[in-house]
Amino acid sequence: MNGKSKLYTVYSPWIASIGLFVVWELSVRLFDIPEYVLPTPSASFAAIWQFRDAIWMHAVQTMLTTLGGFAIAVVFGVVMGAAVGSSQIVYSAANPILIGFNSVPKIAVVPVLVMWFGIGTVPAVLTAFLISFFPIVANVATGLATLEPELRDVLRSLGASRMDVLVKVGFPRSLPYFFTSLKVAVTLAFVGSVMSETVASNVGMGYLMMSASSKFNIPLVFAGLLVIAAMGIAMYGIFSVVEQRSTRWAVRGARSA
Amino acid sequence: MTHAFVELDRVKLRYQEGEGLALEQTDMKIANGEFIAVVGPSGCGKSSLLKLVSGLLPATEGTVIVDGREVSGPLKICGMAFQNPTLLPWRSTLANVLLPLEIVQPHRSRMRTQRKTFEEMATRMLTGVGLGGYEKKFPWELSGGMQQRASLCRALIHEPDLLLLDEPFGALDAFTREELWDTLQKLWMERPFTVILVTHDLREAVYLADTIYVMSTRPGRILVRYENPLPRPRTQEMTFREDFGDMVHGLKSHIRTVRAA
Repeated sequence: MNGKSKLYTVYSPWIASIGLFVVWELSVRLFDIPEYVLPTPSASFAAIWQFRDAIWMHAVQTMLTTLGGFAIAVVFGVVMGAAVGSSQIVYSAANPILIGFNSVPKIAVVPVLVMWFGIGTVPAVLTAFLISFFPIVANVATGLATLEPELRDVLRSLGASRMDVLVKVGFPRSLPYFFTSLKVAVTLAFVGSVMSETVASNVGMGYLMMSASSKFNIPLVFAGLLVIAAMGIAMYGIFSVVEQRSTRWAVRGARSA
Repeated sequence: MTHAFVELDRVKLRYQEGEGLALEQTDMKIANGEFIAVVGPSGCGKSSLLKLVSGLLPATEGTVIVDGREVSGPLKICGMAFQNPTLLPWRSTLANVLLPLEIVQPHRSRMRTQRKTFEEMATRMLTGVGLGGYEKKFPWELSGGMQQRASLCRALIHEPDLLLLDEPFGALDAFTREELWDTLQKLWMERPFTVILVTHDLREAVYLADTIYVMSTRPGRILVRYENPLPRPRTQEMTFREDFGDMVHGLKSHIRTVRAA
């Protein structure tokens, strides 16, 4: 990669994002769209500043809720993925259940969770978990199941147990798949927690936006959307860095090209 | 031959019920420390033969005996190398070579306390095949020939009595391939072990093996057994000699009749 195109790669996300805001701002002003339909980004950012204390409190709540659900999803996803990916029997047994479960809109599950746990943090954590574990299971399982048969033969001809194969080859080999799934899963977890907060909570970004919209404070609603988006980008970025650091061997092509 | 190290007695192999035989009535006797090569047209069941001997596949009929015992599951005394070097990309070359020692007993339980000794052993071995100084490199930083050398080291680090090679040099260019013949011969002459080399390169078979078996098309069957009288160590010069050429030609005409049949 030469210096000029590298520079473009570094700045292009900023240029694109700022460009989007500029187009948004200009369109709202040009077409004279009323604020209760679509506020300008400047009004939304002003709302972020104006309500910064409330936003901070609710954002921290949403962040913790999301990470809580995400953490459960990681543990569950790895265990389940290992089971599904390393055993043909578990795979055929669990596959229809997993797909069925993933097809159920999680918003439909929230009322059930509320019935069991009341409104608030618990259903939000669980919704975040339910919506984000599937990609982790699928990716870990894929990583394990696509092990080269020759490699397995090499290990088995040494007398390796199934556990040996899993620890020495299966897990390290599925790490890149795992990290890819974390990036996807963490953004999904935000979807889950905010969704649950919107319909069944007194705290969190979902609640904040819900109550703002009932008061026709549309700039605050958009402020909330922007904050959630920023949190999602931040978490995605963190996991991208972790991925690149820990699985350098898997992204070698991109580096040497 | 008085004592066979590997013995196949009327072995038949069928992959699936109702399917044709992959191997038909195979008999082989391989002495301890013997280097044999199996040649034949592609798809003749050469690789299946290796899987039978290593215990990765059970024989449908007949018995496979290795070191006096009937094979009933994966053996622990054999090393394997394939056309694809199958090195682990997240491990350094040295760590790749050490892998068998982390699995095979008694090395496995000594790994923690004797790691240094093992690392020195692996480094010596890598240096012996011309990979000195590449221990810390990752497999994808090595050329194909270098990867295959490392793969040979991995197959031999735990000093197995039996080495199974499935077209190990098939994907290499001619020059590298012939260099690796010498590497393999050197390793074998330093510490003799029994080798079964599956190949479709007749020159390779003549260069390396004491005994060469020719197999028929599927269902595979041993057609001829050649004893190779060429003295050791064999050298690149020998490949231009008349007796070397005659052997290769002899094998070739056999394969030709097999393929035509």
